[in-house]
Amino acid sequence: MEPLRYIAEDGTAADGLPFTADELVRGYRAVARARLFDDRAMTLQRQGKLGVYPPYRGQEAAQVGAVLALGASDWLVPSYRDTGAAITHGLPLSQAILYWRADPAGWQFPEGLRVLPFYIPIATQLLHAVGVASAGRYREEDWVALTFIGDGGSSEGDFHEALNFAAVYDAPVVLMVENNGWAISVPTEKQMKNPRIAERAAGYGIPGVVVDGNDLAAVWHASREAVARARAGEGPTLIEAVTYRMGPHTSSDDPSRYRLEEQGKPWEARDPVLRLRLALAAMGAWDDAREDALQSELKEEFQAAVREADAAPEPLPQQIVEQVFAEMTGDARRAWEVLKHG
Amino acid sequence: MVDTAQAPGKAQAGVRTMTMVKAIQDALDVALSEDPRVLLFGEDVGMGGVFRVSDGLRDKHGEARVFDTPLAEAGIVGYGIGLALAGMRPVAEIQFAGFLYPALDQILSHLGRYRHRTRGRFTVPMVIRAPYGGGVHTPEQHADSPEAVLAHVPGVKVVIPSDPYRAKGLLLAAIRDPDPVFFLESIKLYRSVKAEVPDGDYTLELGKARVVREGNAATLIAYGGMVEVCTKAAEVAAREGVELEIVDLETLVPFDADTVLASVEKTGRAVVVYEARKIGGFGAEIAARLAEDAIWSLQAPVLRVAGWDAPYPPFSAIEHHYRPDARRVLEAVRQVLAA
Repeated sequence: MEPLRYIAEDGTAADGLPFTADELVRGYRAVARARLFDDRAMTLQRQGKLGVYPPYRGQEAAQVGAVLALGASDWLVPSYRDTGAAITHGLPLSQAILYWRADPAGWQFPEGLRVLPFYIPIATQLLHAVGVASAGRYREEDWVALTFIGDGGSSEGDFHEALNFAAVYDAPVVLMVENNGWAISVPTEKQMKNPRIAERAAGYGIPGVVVDGNDLAAVWHASREAVARARAGEGPTLIEAVTYRMGPHTSSDDPSRYRLEEQGKPWEARDPVLRLRLALAAMGAWDDAREDALQSELKEEFQAAVREADAAPEPLPQQIVEQVFAEMTGDARRAWEVLKHG
Repeated sequence: MVDTAQAPGKAQAGVRTMTMVKAIQDALDVALSEDPRVLLFGEDVGMGGVFRVSDGLRDKHGEARVFDTPLAEAGIVGYGIGLALAGMRPVAEIQFAGFLYPALDQILSHLGRYRHRTRGRFTVPMVIRAPYGGGVHTPEQHADSPEAVLAHVPGVKVVIPSDPYRAKGLLLAAIRDPDPVFFLESIKLYRSVKAEVPDGDYTLELGKARVVREGNAATLIAYGGMVEVCTKAAEVAAREGVELEIVDLETLVPFDADTVLASVEKTGRAVVVYEARKIGGFGAEIAARLAEDAIWSLQAPVLRVAGWDAPYPPFSAIEHHYRPDARRVLEAVRQVLAA
């Protein structure tokens, strides 16, 4: 299986590109926004203004391209590395900042926004996505669920169980593997014998698609087709987006302990944001002036989000024992009093 | 939530005498009839389940709502969590409580955490039913009592009924509860006890222990299959003029400390009875509560009668030595009375 690609590394677009220049401009704005958030989040982290943060540099197209295929009624079920996907599906930037600040104010996502919280336990969320997807059928809603996992996550038993449940129930779900080459320090070739994860779809009797994960057009197109299939009742799709984790596993990780810098070099030329910008410029749909305007707009948006996050109320100790159950138990009430009054 | 039950026997609706299996089936039938969000699923559930609990429910409510799952417990729980997050009321069956373990990641990492980690934005109103416990010569791994493992998970409730009438009302309450509930059903009690069960809809409040037999000599604290064992012990003791009080916890989480403490403050003596392994079992929590809050009322050490410190034995000829019986309960009673 060769990855689907529409835009080459130098920005040359293939014939039959299934998007208009306007659509790609919309896509570019979204990947540039995701890139800026990630860069700035890492800076905030280094300044001590964010907790441990898992950056997604290099994976913007894989995340954004998939989410662009969704409508507002569709669900996003992200892993911890998918902040770029979440903000593209409508998670306010201030909320994302507070989330990674580990502030409870950031963990209650807005009512009506169909983004489930970020998941740490690997691949567990895939099953939730399948359940959410199936629930739409009972509720006579035509929503689709999109969920993400990494190459390492494909080793987990829940990955298998989710694919099997999705297939058996024809669930309207899109399972996107961001194959970024690394599970913290373990490279894909040590993770699996057959590194073409999309080929596993055949084992479940569902379509598997592999795309160049750094080509927004390829990711978006494959996702759009998968979402359309799901919505039409034709069941799940497994998409593998081949990409690369340019940064550390998290802000606490030091990749120089396990990989050489030159291993990432070829991927710099494949940068998903730059590639799309070059393609748009070649189409005459983008230039430096527009780029400057976009960057200052995005910076302003981010700064406003930081101001909003900074204005969040101080978390209170008694919040620890709130929201364990709908109604507090007697033990929780006693603990609440102790925490409240120190 | 308050009890909505009529006292059995004087309800205007019909009352039938039935087994635990039938009472649970009746509760599921009522829940499926009353609320289109309720779904029932698990391994072999479609054909009625290995204990026939869901007999006839697929035919009555349709294959979309009563269905088989692939043979994968993490999948069952994880899929159910997703259904619940998106507005359904899933009731999952795990074929035996000893088969829950592949799902522990879903249970420990997710089931009880959603409300807390999303500050109430997303909740999991899901029930997981599982037959538990020994006493009927099941094969290896089929007789586990993992309630302490489940009760240790924040954000999940644990309910263990001790008779058919209570089982039906508690299960209906569990299905309507806004939070995840484990509902463990004693295999030993499934067909061995019968009770009058009102037709139709009623609920019994979760989180309330109850005194099922009054006495003043000592308090026996139990739940599920051990309530029957304690009742037998109390009947024997009564013939010797010793009146034992029995508290049936029914709900382990939330734990009704008040009812337990009130009884022990009255009798001054307590024996905690459970069939799981003794060390780290839920009875240890009860004994600790009594030590914390009732020490000045106690006239004897709190004793535990429980499974031995070994796996539930797969050896049919000797397994009855593992599960507490009336004789072992009475030995403990004699000790606390002698103190």
